[in-house]
Amino acid sequence: MSETCVEITGLKKSFGPLDVLKGIDLQVNRGDVVCIIGPSGSGKSTLLRCVNLLEEPNGGKIVVNGTELTDPDVDIDKARTKIGMVFQSFNLFSHLNVLANLTVAQRKVLKRSEEEARRVALHNLERVGLGEKAHSMPAQLSGGQQQRVAIARALSMDPEVMLFDEPTSALDPELVGDVLGVMRQLADEGMTMLVVTHEMQFAREVADKVIFMDGGYIVEEGPAAEVIGNPQEPRTQEFLARVLDPTHHGPSDPV
Amino acid sequence: MAMSKRKRAEYIRYAQYGVLIVVVLLVAFLADWGQIRRAFFNTEIAASMFPNVITVALKNTIIYTALGFGFGLALGLVLALMKLSSVAPYRWIATVYIEFFRGVPALLVFIGIYYGVPIAFQVQFPPLTTVMLALGGVGAAYMAETIRAGIQAVPKGQVEAARSLGMSQGRAMITVVIPQAFRIILPPLTNELILLTKDSSLIYILGLFREQYELTKFGRETLSRSPSLTPILIAGLCYLIITLPLGYLSRWLERRGTTGSRKKVSA
Repeated sequence: MSETCVEITGLKKSFGPLDVLKGIDLQVNRGDVVCIIGPSGSGKSTLLRCVNLLEEPNGGKIVVNGTELTDPDVDIDKARTKIGMVFQSFNLFSHLNVLANLTVAQRKVLKRSEEEARRVALHNLERVGLGEKAHSMPAQLSGGQQQRVAIARALSMDPEVMLFDEPTSALDPELVGDVLGVMRQLADEGMTMLVVTHEMQFAREVADKVIFMDGGYIVEEGPAAEVIGNPQEPRTQEFLARVLDPTHHGPSDPV
Repeated sequence: MAMSKRKRAEYIRYAQYGVLIVVVLLVAFLADWGQIRRAFFNTEIAASMFPNVITVALKNTIIYTALGFGFGLALGLVLALMKLSSVAPYRWIATVYIEFFRGVPALLVFIGIYYGVPIAFQVQFPPLTTVMLALGGVGAAYMAETIRAGIQAVPKGQVEAARSLGMSQGRAMITVVIPQAFRIILPPLTNELILLTKDSSLIYILGLFREQYELTKFGRETLSRSPSLTPILIAGLCYLIITLPLGYLSRWLERRGTTGSRKKVSA
């Protein structure tokens, strides 16, 4: 029943002398929401960026939607059309209005007709609650609106999996809820999602599986209620204590 | 005895006004206004230059500059992309080109192209083509560095977003990076256009016919038949017709750019 969507085995990545990922094994089933948590520098963003090859792995194997991305002959551009990515800093194309942001890749990459691209774009703008902003420029939108447009842009390619790289970390606190709401709705609709986040409540409520990373390894993984509610590993306990109850801890030791 | 800071600032300001007034009075008294009027403001000669100074000379200056700018922009973009290429020889060629044509006086380049190209390649270009190659060839060297700076000023996240939507490197460059780069470099590019307008005065070296004269050549030619410097003044004013609006345009673009997003270009 549960078909594999993302399969990562023995993934290694280093930047020069710095080993960021030291052997990651991870499997994401179709329709699942997997949240990756962990301290900064743990390699969680790098792991996510390897899943669409924005970072080139140094070792291991990544298979997404049945395509092996680590195969040297892979058509990475084609594979990426099925992998949506949402960035911390939104990265909307600042010279194009909202509608054009959503249609440009449909037109140039998927070769859809102008009419179809427009229809798909408007449909996805409605999904994120921004149907009336089609003709705004990105700079005229709030951070939360920009991030929802970015989600709609990724959805317009009809991806089979969505990657979220700390999607709410650059937002003012009162705008975080809008974006998380859209993501929850996506999850409810059955989208396969890989989410790097610090939003523990989102992870607890929406994720089918939570992964805790530290020092380039997966330290603990399991259902959200277990990893966040009842962590077994000392490092997970320590991290969660700091995140969930930040005022009752002294400064952390230098790493 | 000690003077307060505020008093001192006041006296310094008075002194500045004083110096200004003295200089203005000196110039006003020492200059021979009668001579100046006869030399520069001969209305008869000025009137004789019209309408040709506008319909021929100004028109030609604009045509030559536009041709040179268009070709220079295209070549400059190619050079900028070569400078950013991963193929080392491309980078070397672009660097040599830019350093050479930026470092050599435009007049020498024009002479080289006018006399050198026909010898080297056994071709004789029509005059307009020569003007385009000469002006554009020099302009490209300056514009290439500006364009390169603009391309590098586009945030990296823009390329990552484009690539993650399945665009190839080249497609991302054409669809996302270059349009944004040009938005960033519009003010410095307008300044290049002003410089090029003035450089177009050097193409007199190409030995053009009367109906091909641009402003400077037209002014000098009229000068040779008249006892007054009026033609030079008129020609100069005609350049201002082109360059002043461009200068305003450049400043307006700069203001608009900095109020929107705070991106700075190191040109």
